[in-house]
Amino acid sequence: MDLIYGLLPLAWPEWLKLALAAGVPAVILFTFPMALGPLVYTYAERKIAGFMQDRLGPMRVGPYGLLQSIADTVKLLFKEAIFPARVDRKLFVLGPCIVVAGAFMPFAVIPFGEKLQAMDLNVGVFYVTAIASISTVGLIMAGWASNNKYSLFGAMRAAAQIVSYEIPAVMTLLIPVMIVGSLQMQDLVKVQAGGFQNWMVFRYFPIMPVAFLVFFLATLAECNRTPFDIPEAESELVGGFHTEYSGFFFAMFFLGEYTEMFVVSAVGTVLFLGGWYSPFPWAWTNVLPVAGVEIPLGPFWLIFKVWSLMFVHMWLRWTLPRTRVDQLMYIAWKVLLPISLVLVVLVGGLVVWTPTSQGFAWDRILGPLVAIALLGYLFVAMVVAWRSRAQRVREMAA
Amino acid sequence: MRQWLRGVWDGIYTALVGMNITWRHLFNTNVTLQYPEQKWVLPPKSRMRLFMKYEDCIGCGQCARACPVHCISIKAEKRVAGSPPVWAADGTPIKLDVKVFDIDMSLCCYCNLCTYPCPTNCIYMTTEYEFATTNLNDHFYRFAKPDAVLLTVNPKPPAAPAAPAAPAAGAPPAGAPPAPQAPPAAPAGA
Repeated sequence: MDLIYGLLPLAWPEWLKLALAAGVPAVILFTFPMALGPLVYTYAERKIAGFMQDRLGPMRVGPYGLLQSIADTVKLLFKEAIFPARVDRKLFVLGPCIVVAGAFMPFAVIPFGEKLQAMDLNVGVFYVTAIASISTVGLIMAGWASNNKYSLFGAMRAAAQIVSYEIPAVMTLLIPVMIVGSLQMQDLVKVQAGGFQNWMVFRYFPIMPVAFLVFFLATLAECNRTPFDIPEAESELVGGFHTEYSGFFFAMFFLGEYTEMFVVSAVGTVLFLGGWYSPFPWAWTNVLPVAGVEIPLGPFWLIFKVWSLMFVHMWLRWTLPRTRVDQLMYIAWKVLLPISLVLVVLVGGLVVWTPTSQGFAWDRILGPLVAIALLGYLFVAMVVAWRSRAQRVREMAA
Repeated sequence: MRQWLRGVWDGIYTALVGMNITWRHLFNTNVTLQYPEQKWVLPPKSRMRLFMKYEDCIGCGQCARACPVHCISIKAEKRVAGSPPVWAADGTPIKLDVKVFDIDMSLCCYCNLCTYPCPTNCIYMTTEYEFATTNLNDHFYRFAKPDAVLLTVNPKPPAAPAAPAAPAAGAPPAGAPPAPQAPPAAPAGA
């Protein structure tokens, strides 16, 4: 920041120099990589979809299809942005912009490390929940302005879905907040220091894992992802709210969707999965000293965890079929909401009750054991699948 | 309440079952064939494009008669008297001059019926399948070659197979065919 400040001409007004000195590194460090993120995510999504269906995914553009998402982006950017007859032009343009803005604004409070945070608001969690809902307004604008019944259906469904799932999501957000007693992101992360057995998911063993599951499902629905993608529902609604969009505005919806995936996964990581702390108890995994310079590994661990959660998003997308509208509402109001309310009451009592205010005695053992067992099962299944693949390759060669 | 719990359990359990399956398929063999670079090795009896070896054709026209869609057209006429005798690769003497042998692959139904009656096995189906064109006339194959080099020496001289066969076969029926006519009797009967 000082470097940029020094580079600016002296004659410029002070406030402009300060704003530029603060804004340029922020854009370069946060917004730019995050805007390029969807390139990686679309490629990953298509590759994962391909492999899960025993296909190969994109293979043509570049080695292993690595340049496919760049080619798609360039194609979308060069395409004509079509305005259908009798659309409300102002809202039609404003809709995708608000979706993208709403998806990017929570980055202000997401901590990538102890110092790597744009702004450690003392109401950080509240800010995220407030800002993340803004993109719904953009969706409704887009659907309404399109002058198309399918778009309007999609927008209405999006509104109903996001409003419904916001409630269990916020309820489960409240649980770590109650335990820590702070809405500040850094405070929430710092109680989870020292290895993965201290993560918030494993507190109050059978309770917090369920809370995390509820939070995960609710945020999955808020991202409009399969199995909760009824606002888009291409087999029923053509494309939902983005039916009428083309070119750059269409790309903006995807940018917003993937960024929102990143944001909700980051919030889940910060609240439940230890934020930017490494999952190992050793200190050098957090700050790596190389030749006297201490390299903070916080961003690496946060992005690793966030991408793991996003992988689960994609995994679920290629596993489950889409829910019906009534099933969606059933899950939100009759399953997730009661469970989250019960959890809030239970954890509230346990936090107040002196013997358990720091968690149960078996917290540090049972939860990690279950998690390790699950990961071990996945690893074994992976190895078995790899071996059967190798055998198949040998058979085909023979 | 019990039904509710059962529903929640079923939802979670079935989702986990599905995730288990997709997880295993994530690391399984990919069945995609990168087509222009990789190709299936077709079994040798695949019924793809027809091929006809003009040098072996005796012009009998059995393939054209067997064809259910009449995609083979043959015009053959008697060889000019006094021209040197020629043989197919299996020793069948060629008596007719095949002037036209056309196969319209756009009509072919790939039934393989034409290859069975051929006495010299000169028409057969290949494994070649990449012959799509934008012009239908490119599927019309003219196999007749006016400048074909035909065998003027019998590849299977009647000395070895026909000499023992001729006395054995010739004695009981008391047929008296001309001496060089012995070899055609053997493949035609087989």
